[in-house]
Amino acid sequence: MLTLADHILDITENSVRAGAKFIEISIEEDTAQDLLAIEIKDDGHGMSEDVLQKVLDPFYTTKTVRRVGLGLPLLRDAAERAQGHFFLKSQQNSGTQVKATFGLGHLDRQPLGALINTIIILIISNSQVDFFYKHRHNDRRFELDTREIRKEIEDIPINHPEIIKYIRAAMEEGLRDIESEA
Amino acid sequence: MAKLTIDDLKKIKEKVHKEMSLRDGDRRVRITVHMGTCGIASGAKEVMDTLLEEIEAAKVNDVIVTTSGCMGLCSREPLVTVEVVNQDPIKYEYVNPNKMRQIFKRHVLAGEVQTPFVLAKGSEVIK
Repeated sequence: MLTLADHILDITENSVRAGAKFIEISIEEDTAQDLLAIEIKDDGHGMSEDVLQKVLDPFYTTKTVRRVGLGLPLLRDAAERAQGHFFLKSQQNSGTQVKATFGLGHLDRQPLGALINTIIILIISNSQVDFFYKHRHNDRRFELDTREIRKEIEDIPINHPEIIKYIRAAMEEGLRDIESEA
Repeated sequence: MAKLTIDDLKKIKEKVHKEMSLRDGDRRVRITVHMGTCGIASGAKEVMDTLLEEIEAAKVNDVIVTTSGCMGLCSREPLVTVEVVNQDPIKYEYVNPNKMRQIFKRHVLAGEVQTPFVLAKGSEVIK
């Protein structure tokens, strides 16, 4: 994983696999506190206490096709490498919350990377799921909620090329306005 | 540039509605980019970006794109599966943006399987 956007894509696929219908992705950049926080919250089926103890072990996975599961351990490692922390909360039948913090100016912090493409890939390939993207840079904010878009476009699928073009333009504009520094 | 607003979405909706009646929405090809941790780490995101660009450039509307998780062949990622209706799915291995472009133009649009990149024919069976 070279960028934080790669981690976001990876962790969010976990949420989709957990049957989530609504996923919140939030990014906060705080210059004064030298803090970058990424949070992914879903309403999927969650994990039991027992599983929660094991998921950070790279040799634990729910899949049967291979014996390793690296998504969460890689994100934890990326956070700790940049003087950050990793938090994981989950409750069975109500959802999971993954949060990673980083030193915003830390030399070993991975760049955010291609965020817009990541969100678009998530929307296109999981058109049954709603995403709420929040990005804060100090006192500037940008939000994109696919539930609001869906309300407007009625019967047009959210992954229709024209709608995706709109989402891309809206994100480009929004991220430019908040002047993301990560 | 003027801010994008909900009104822009309304305009897009009207435009799309007009076009929809002119097109037939039959799906001819489904392309799956495998996006597990292994796929993402080896470049599946760039492959997906390229595929979306190609689809837009070719202006085709009978191709659907989806993602899937890891199927256990992490060492051969990025993997891409192309399923043309009524044909066996073809799995491509070690895909990169250039190979993706070639697969899209030659296989998806022209129907010629790109044998040198093929890993397997058929669906995976997970036990």
